[in-house]
Amino acid sequence: MEDDAPVIYGLEFQARALTAQTGETDAIRFLVGTQSLKFDNQIHIIDFDDENNVINKNVLLHQAGEIWHISASPADKAVLSTCYNKTSDSRVVSCAAVWRMPSDWETGSIESPDDSVHNPQTLELLCHLDDGNTRNSACVLWEPLGDGKRLISLADNHAILWDLQESSSQATISSTATWEGKGQLKFTSGKWSPHHNCSQLATANDTAIRGWDLRTMSQIYCIDNAHGQLVRDLDFNPNRQYYLASCGDDCKVKFWDVRNVQEPVKTLEEHSHWVWSVRYNHSHDQLVLTASSDSRLILSNMVSISSEPFGHLVDDEELSEGEDNHQEDKGKEPLKDSVVSTYEEHEDSVYAVEWSSADPWLFASLSYDGRLVINRVPRSLKYRILL
Amino acid sequence: MDGDADSSGAVSEDSGPGRKRRVHGMLKLYYGLNEEGKAEEQPTSLDPCDINGPHFDPEHFLNKLRRECSLAELMDQETCMVKQIRSLDSDMQTLVYENYNKFISATDTIRKMKNDFKKMEDEMDCLSANMAAITKFSACISGTLQDQHAQITKLSGVHTLLRKLQFLFELPARLNKCLELQAYAQAVRSHRHARCVLQQYSHLPSFKGIQDDCHAIMDKLAQELRQKFRDGGSSAKDLSECVELLLQLDEPAEELCDKFLSHAQSRLQSDLQGLEAEIRPYPSASAVKDASAHRLSSAAAAGSLTDNSSNTSAIPSPTPNTDILEFIDRGCNEFVSSLCLVITSYQELFINHAQKVDLASKNIPQMANGKLQAFVDDLAAHYFSLVEQRIQQEKGVADNSLLVRALDRFHRRLQAVAKLLPGSAVPNRGTEIVIRAATERVKQYLSALQTFYMDSLTDVRQALATPRLSVASASVAGGGSLLGGPTSARDAPNSLPELLSSLSASILNQIKSVLASVHLFTAKDITFSNKPYFKVVTFCSGVRESLVVSFIKFVCQSSRQFCESAGDKGGSTPPALLLLLSRICLDYETSTISYILTLTDEQFLAQHHSPVTPVTTLCAEAREAAQKLLNHYVKVQGLIISQMLRKSVETRDWVNTIEPRNVRAVMKRVVEDTTSIDVQVGLLYEEGVRKAHSSDSSKRTFSVYSSSRQQARYAASYTPSAPMDTNLLSNIHKLFSERIDIFSSVEFNKVSVMTGIIKISLKTFLECVRLRTFGRYGLQQIQVDCHYLQMYLWRFVSDENLVHFLLDEIVGSSAHRCVDPAPMEQSVIEVICERG
Repeated sequence: MEDDAPVIYGLEFQARALTAQTGETDAIRFLVGTQSLKFDNQIHIIDFDDENNVINKNVLLHQAGEIWHISASPADKAVLSTCYNKTSDSRVVSCAAVWRMPSDWETGSIESPDDSVHNPQTLELLCHLDDGNTRNSACVLWEPLGDGKRLISLADNHAILWDLQESSSQATISSTATWEGKGQLKFTSGKWSPHHNCSQLATANDTAIRGWDLRTMSQIYCIDNAHGQLVRDLDFNPNRQYYLASCGDDCKVKFWDVRNVQEPVKTLEEHSHWVWSVRYNHSHDQLVLTASSDSRLILSNMVSISSEPFGHLVDDEELSEGEDNHQEDKGKEPLKDSVVSTYEEHEDSVYAVEWSSADPWLFASLSYDGRLVINRVPRSLKYRILL
Repeated sequence: MDGDADSSGAVSEDSGPGRKRRVHGMLKLYYGLNEEGKAEEQPTSLDPCDINGPHFDPEHFLNKLRRECSLAELMDQETCMVKQIRSLDSDMQTLVYENYNKFISATDTIRKMKNDFKKMEDEMDCLSANMAAITKFSACISGTLQDQHAQITKLSGVHTLLRKLQFLFELPARLNKCLELQAYAQAVRSHRHARCVLQQYSHLPSFKGIQDDCHAIMDKLAQELRQKFRDGGSSAKDLSECVELLLQLDEPAEELCDKFLSHAQSRLQSDLQGLEAEIRPYPSASAVKDASAHRLSSAAAAGSLTDNSSNTSAIPSPTPNTDILEFIDRGCNEFVSSLCLVITSYQELFINHAQKVDLASKNIPQMANGKLQAFVDDLAAHYFSLVEQRIQQEKGVADNSLLVRALDRFHRRLQAVAKLLPGSAVPNRGTEIVIRAATERVKQYLSALQTFYMDSLTDVRQALATPRLSVASASVAGGGSLLGGPTSARDAPNSLPELLSSLSASILNQIKSVLASVHLFTAKDITFSNKPYFKVVTFCSGVRESLVVSFIKFVCQSSRQFCESAGDKGGSTPPALLLLLSRICLDYETSTISYILTLTDEQFLAQHHSPVTPVTTLCAEAREAAQKLLNHYVKVQGLIISQMLRKSVETRDWVNTIEPRNVRAVMKRVVEDTTSIDVQVGLLYEEGVRKAHSSDSSKRTFSVYSSSRQQARYAASYTPSAPMDTNLLSNIHKLFSERIDIFSSVEFNKVSVMTGIIKISLKTFLECVRLRTFGRYGLQQIQVDCHYLQMYLWRFVSDENLVHFLLDEIVGSSAHRCVDPAPMEQSVIEVICERG
């Protein structure tokens, strides 16, 4: 199983921000944003050559500050947005901006890969997502499947919907939703639902998950105490419109049906520390990836709550052939849900994981020490899903 | 010649007694009656010289004498011979004389007889003549009397007939009289005598009339009997008499059965209604209290059955509820006993009697039996439903013996029915009720145990709530000196081990007492306990499985629920309770479960036919629960400290902070809390194994931690030329250290628990630090804080390197996140910490 071995790539800096290049569906490409207070921060464009199992990287400079969140436009390959920290006058401010990659980054890298490290090109700023108030942006969300003209930024306790103008050079606020209440008001994370004609948004703050209707900018549901502690991330099931996965500091991953917010549909408790990221596979929504600060990455096969619950049967024997280090999840769900495998290539906390937008069987994870690992779904499972 | 003459003379003329004998012998010889036998005969016969022998030859003898003997001898011989001849002669004379005499007398006798016979013949002739005359006369007389005799016979026949007729004619009147006097039995007897005759001669008008009259009267009588029967006021004996008479009157037996039963039914129903009335008004709380008092009074009142029943009928429904024993007593005494009575009399009447009397209607016994079965079943069903209702009301767990005794009595009394009605399903159903009641009771005990358990947990919770305050105050008072902390804390929560022991002891006691109560069901003197299916199959394994095992499972279950529910709602369970419960579960695993089960098996002599839950399963479950609880405890405590650390990191502006002068208060608080947790855990769990370290390890490791490596790391990360080195260094370090599972399972000892808590806290600290940006003094403050933690936390954990590593990471990360990394001098840090 030579090609099942993970491919590891090391960044020089610490990093938290990772995204697949959403607009790109041919090449397997990930974008990583670094965090460094001392040096110019970079955006690494990681190309993975599936056939040769080789990584090609290109580096673009992101001089505005350390990158906390990165997301790519679904329409235009070259456009991306970041949330970054900027230190000025002994104050730390989080900003958000939309950038365009220089058009020739690719050619430069191929000809002289060594140069690109030392003489990297710089991102071209398209516009700041700044409404005039000083706010700390947590993340920027592009309209899923959209034309790259609409995006939402989550800043403090506001969700701001932006319209990008011609050539994306200017952003205007089209509407704002504000969460008023007691306690910790900052949104930590959010997700734009691909369902309902992209009219819904889910956000996380403290231990609660809230759903918003973007047409009226009003709250439509609220899962209080979704997690015992902070909710770190959430993701929508790409095929089942009411299903939502969330993860948080209580080490759990929970699956919700937003029509019934009292109880989670299912709970996983496999990680031994906070879970920072949860991602549904775009095509096969039974595959769920979770990344945790216990330095592990877990791929779960949640058949029972997927859109194809009867698609295939997982049987133990076959599973155990696939991977050595997978754990059976018998205690929780004797049916068919199981942990497919646990990936332990990271040495530090894993803060981000993303499926490739081009290959549904491939994913990348990023740990704080700057290690990017590209892995595949075990072949046996892949065939079982496909066949 | 003389010899010849002599000898011949001697022979013929022999006399004298000596000769006589010899003559006898000669005669004998002559007739062949030899006394000597043949052996002697032979030589005599052969010798011709033997004078007595048969071959005697006188010639030869004489010659021989002449030849052989002398003269003297011959003379002697001659004299001897003469003597002999003489005696022989006298003998012969005597004989002849004797015989002659006899002959003479015989002749006389015959002559006499001849005379007598002649006379007799004459008399006989006379007699026969007389007889002939008598016969003649007798024939003559009988011939004359014959006519009169025939007449007399005829007359006597007529007389009998006339008497019968008279009886018949008098019958209606007599019947009427009987009717008046209510001598029904006599009337029926009379009628029965006449019935056939009347029936036979009913074609004659006069008889017809009589018959009709009789019928009318008998109908009336039957009517009256029926009336009497229906009235039902009469005693059972009267009733049975009625029935008997009616049967004799050819009443249809079926109808009678029905009537009899319906009559009995009404009486039994009234009994049942009495019982029902007792069930209905059920004052829930007071009844239980009053139960014993009632029982006393009822025992006094239960002297006689009639007394009791009149009591209850006099006081209708609003009687206060009696206890179950009294109720069953009443049911037995009134209902069951009268039921038995009814069954006996019914069987007497319709079955035994019918078998005796009526051969014609053979199907009556079967029919009657069937009816009786149905009747008994019906009533018994009603009775059972009442009893069951009553038993269901018996919710109080306290007085089990009462219930057992009641059930026993119930069961025992039903045996009487079983004896009377061998084929009946009633006793079986009764036993079923008993079994149901028993299992129901077991269930109640289970729920009582469960509530007891939950109650005692609530008590523990309250008990924990109060001393916890004193712990807090004590540790606050203990304030500055941390070494003082543990001692003061140790005094305050005096209760934790005590609570543990008292809780487990009280639960164990409760289980024991419940087992004892349940054990009453299987006592030897209880009849139903001897039923094989009760003893073996249902009950004993039921006790084990549905009482003991269920309870243990419940304990584990509820413990697990504490973990789950508390996880989401943010720790509503006090951590100390979690700790306590985990210890209890652990104790259960090690000893208590096997003890309880052994106890149960011993008490109930279990022979398990169905598969039972083995001890190991339960132990595993308990251990799992204990593990879960302890893990949860670690999680909760870790979370509490984590929250403090997180708040302290998140709420501070680390960029614009002042130069550190003190350890932050929150760090002191962390250490204090950790210390008190350590004390708390130490009260219940053993110390556990830790990796060896020297006595002054805080000093030693601290210097290592802060000086060489840390400095090197800072140096590396701040040289702009080599950004890679940091990662390299840290990665290499991680490569050689084991991966740390933060929220992992802990072992059942103090050190492991504390390690878990500290791991969680420090990891949180690390992750929070990574999310912030620090200024120069921010970094320095973190350095100070970490050093402080380092000084105090190492002692709690199994492997102090773990603490070093995590603190290292924290300082390293904050250095990374620092915009102006200028670490503080180690000596300064130490001074600040010492001062704090």
